[in-house]
Amino acid sequence: MEANRPMRHILSLLLENEAGALSRVAGLFSARGYNIESLTVAPTEDPTLSRMTVVTSGSEEVIEQITKQLNKLIDVVKVFDLQEGRHIERELMLVKVRAEGKDREELKRTADIFRGRIVDVTDRTYTIELTGPRDKLDAFLEAIDRGLILETVRTGASGIGRGEWILRV
Amino acid sequence: MRLTGAEITIQCLQEEGVEYVFGYPGGAVLHIYDALFNQDKVKHILVRHEQAALHAADAYARATGRPGVALVTSGPGVTNAVTGIATAYMDSIPMVVITGQVPTPAIGLDAFQEVDTVGITRPCVKHNFLVKQVDELAATIKKAFYVAASGRPGPVLVDIPKDVSQHLAEFSYPKTVSLRSYAPVNKGHSGQIKKAVQMLLEARRPMIYTGGGVILGDAAPALTRLVKSLGFPCTNTLMGLGGYPGTDPQFVGMLGMHGTYEANLAMQHCDVLLAVGARFDDRVIGNPQHFYSEERRIIHVDIDPSSISKRVRVDVPIVGNINDVLDEMQKLIDASAARPDAAALKDWWKQIGEWRTRDCLRYDRTSAIIKPQSVVEKLYEVTGGDAIITSDVGQHQMWAAQYYKFDKPRRWLNSGGLGTMGFGLPAAMGAQLAHPDATVACVTGEASIQMCIQELSTCKQYHLPVKIINLNNRYLGMVRQWQQILHGNRYSESYMDALPDFVKLAESYGHVGVRVEQPADVEPALREAFALKDRVVFMDFITDQTENVFPMVKAGQGLTEMLLGAEDL
Repeated sequence: MEANRPMRHILSLLLENEAGALSRVAGLFSARGYNIESLTVAPTEDPTLSRMTVVTSGSEEVIEQITKQLNKLIDVVKVFDLQEGRHIERELMLVKVRAEGKDREELKRTADIFRGRIVDVTDRTYTIELTGPRDKLDAFLEAIDRGLILETVRTGASGIGRGEWILRV
Repeated sequence: MRLTGAEITIQCLQEEGVEYVFGYPGGAVLHIYDALFNQDKVKHILVRHEQAALHAADAYARATGRPGVALVTSGPGVTNAVTGIATAYMDSIPMVVITGQVPTPAIGLDAFQEVDTVGITRPCVKHNFLVKQVDELAATIKKAFYVAASGRPGPVLVDIPKDVSQHLAEFSYPKTVSLRSYAPVNKGHSGQIKKAVQMLLEARRPMIYTGGGVILGDAAPALTRLVKSLGFPCTNTLMGLGGYPGTDPQFVGMLGMHGTYEANLAMQHCDVLLAVGARFDDRVIGNPQHFYSEERRIIHVDIDPSSISKRVRVDVPIVGNINDVLDEMQKLIDASAARPDAAALKDWWKQIGEWRTRDCLRYDRTSAIIKPQSVVEKLYEVTGGDAIITSDVGQHQMWAAQYYKFDKPRRWLNSGGLGTMGFGLPAAMGAQLAHPDATVACVTGEASIQMCIQELSTCKQYHLPVKIINLNNRYLGMVRQWQQILHGNRYSESYMDALPDFVKLAESYGHVGVRVEQPADVEPALREAFALKDRVVFMDFITDQTENVFPMVKAGQGLTEMLLGAEDL
């Protein structure tokens, strides 16, 4: 039964940097009813290749199907499930908060604790930049007064394997 | 040599040895049609609706194993073709579809006859390309043929904007193609194959279940040799008929929703199941929970890893080219001293023999009204079992699959995956062009045939003497059957009122039309029709309206929960 419990997986993909490659991946997930928590993509140091990180969840069987179906797409060069090894996950978040009166100092302190940076300031707002795994960003949002949050934008996770292990063609 | 994009397109088809292109012209492909006009190597077949172009090209591929080619214009040309593309995709048929597109500067501006072809077709093609530069055209077409025909085959679409077909480029056709992101596995894993053979040799109640992959992989001879040498029972899916000789005693019939009693029970009760080029789909094994058995171990051979462990967990997965895997299995069996337990196998065959005595395909042969099954049986006799049979979708399709015994592959062409009504007649055209001397018959119904009946005109133009066996029960038969069994006899919109006079209709297209209303006339009418070698004959058989297809496994149930006849309703 353990294998049937949906688990969060971070899939790393190398794909041809071609028009439509992204829509093939996104289309596959929607057509087959797979979850996407987040999806990020950008070209790599080799401009013909893009690196994509998809965060999804599913039972072991579903993740196996997702991996096989992704591999079947002609534009997909490599697929790797980062969950299979030690890895680093990072996401960037920008949060605009109402920062007035006594909240101003408190927000600055909380941002410091989370190693966030205040990247824009007005009389009444801060914009805080924060990087980390999903849990850390979630924890920051929980740590500040919800009513002060004006706007958040998150990039979705990017992931990379630890140590000497590399994903490339 | 500098050529226009249109000339390059046609040159590429010539280089690929394409015999026929099935298509329909329009604004965005005018340059390509102009290039077609100036040569005579590639012959064009003008259909009457783009859907038919796709089905005909698809059937050409099914009948020959070579990729079928279709050519349609942008916008409605493409949207009409989508049904045919999806049909080929679901059955893994190699096809190259060339579509015209509005000129590149007009793309995205809602130009006349513009649709996002690559977007619309993306979920139903193996791959597609939009060619934006004329100098990429030849390499793209080369890739399209390679991708379509290799690995698990499928349709590949090449979208060519009108200006690209007009621009000039230096032409040279690439000899080879390699894609870093696409390398289909061919050779099966030797360790796994060894394990599979050992499992087969230790089986006490073995079963071999094969699908369309055997046909697509040209593995029928290898499969037949293997089944013979093991002495095991064999069943085929709807898509796999002809992969093993239908008249052989080791063949237990088709399996699945309308499979035989013996095939379905043997699937359920076997202890070792060898699945070859089949995908355990819902119409084949029904509910996977009901299908699951502690005692059964499964070996699954398929060229597509994603077909393995998709609906059913398997014990020995083997990814590879079916023909090679079966050959390697055969070598190991031939070299091994071990043989399956003869006594156990004898008991198993005895059990299967008992199941066979249920005679699950029996029907009332004394009826005063024509029974549709009897028409297919007579068709089998009259054609000596040697015709290429195409079908549409519904009851007639199941009866054709059950009662026509296919001994050879590529003789049974039907839309198994998508279940496309309207497939039969254009498919018959494609098959007849592929095999001009073969007897080609389309088994259809009065509802299906009307979905592409305009192709009677194409048959006339190109002298394609296909025979149409219309099992006319004045109902959408399979819908009516489900409504009877599952919806309390409420025949909602399944009666086909206001039918045309098919005899006159056929005659108006310049063909021979025959109506057959008496059981005694079935065989003589068929003999007469098939004697007319150079004519299309439309045979309208007025059949029993209430006949149902049995056995039947209701959707969502298990293979053992079969209805065997009216007495089970």
